[in-house]
Amino acid sequence: MRTIQRTLLRDAAAIAAAMVAVGASFGAIAIAYGLPVWVPFLMSTVVFAGGAQFLAVGLLAASPVAAVLAGLLLNARHLPFGMAIGSSMGTSWRERLIGSHLMTDEVVAFTLAEDDPVQRRRTYWLIGVTLFTSWNLGTALGVLLGTAVGDYETLGLDAAFPAALIALILPSLRDRPTRVVALTGAAVAVLATPVLPAGLPVLCALLGLLTLLRPRRAAA
Amino acid sequence: MMLAAIIVLGIGTYTMRLGGVLLRERIELSDNLQRLLPMAAAALLTALAATSTLMAGSGFAGVARPAGVAVGALLAWRKAPFVVVVVAAAATAALLRLAGIE
Repeated sequence: MRTIQRTLLRDAAAIAAAMVAVGASFGAIAIAYGLPVWVPFLMSTVVFAGGAQFLAVGLLAASPVAAVLAGLLLNARHLPFGMAIGSSMGTSWRERLIGSHLMTDEVVAFTLAEDDPVQRRRTYWLIGVTLFTSWNLGTALGVLLGTAVGDYETLGLDAAFPAALIALILPSLRDRPTRVVALTGAAVAVLATPVLPAGLPVLCALLGLLTLLRPRRAAA
Repeated sequence: MMLAAIIVLGIGTYTMRLGGVLLRERIELSDNLQRLLPMAAAALLTALAATSTLMAGSGFAGVARPAGVAVGALLAWRKAPFVVVVVAAAATAALLRLAGIE
């Protein structure tokens, strides 16, 4: 148990460091796009969803409507995330109202990796609060540094984000049906990316669930 | 307009987050659905990882980023610590770009 806690704290520290770096890139990129200083701060607190925030920064100046639609499409995955997470954050209204705002890809992945309900709740809040804090701290740093850190591709941070996601998903992919569903869905999403508007391709990954129909029909 | 856009995006995102949690409470989910939901989450996360690895806008991301992610994924598969995975992925992509490989 103590080892599990130590592992969790170490993972939380690692992802916090990564979030500060990515958040700093976000803040700096927002400034580099010529957006007012309050924009990245407001997004990091009110929206608190990395992918949608980067997407919105790219679209906001040109078309706020497109930014909202694309951001909402990208964030629609939180609906099934929420249903999968359920009461992992706790069952009281206060816990669910506050806890829901902390829901991100990373929190969901960390939480679903735990089996024990007590450990799940602890993980959800520890990772959620850590990410919210480090993401906003990073945003503030990025805004301060302005365009100095703006070129996040030079630092390879664009590769850090998917690598972190992969590291988190791998345990759940050890289950074969889940792996088939996830990889099929990912392939659909990649193929759909050139032809569909931003956000939709990731939702198309749900089509991967159709692979489950095949063996069931064969059994019947 | 910008302020309104961010507020709407924030409220919409929060509604979907809370909505999922509450729907789960209101609706009695079948065992099949209980099994499907984590799979749906895994599919969405994997798709997000795959698209953000391979695609930049509607085109391919080039060599440096997928190579960096591949190094990270290999290390993750070999059960390297999370921070090693993340730093190795970023460092690989950064070094390739430094060498002029995009």
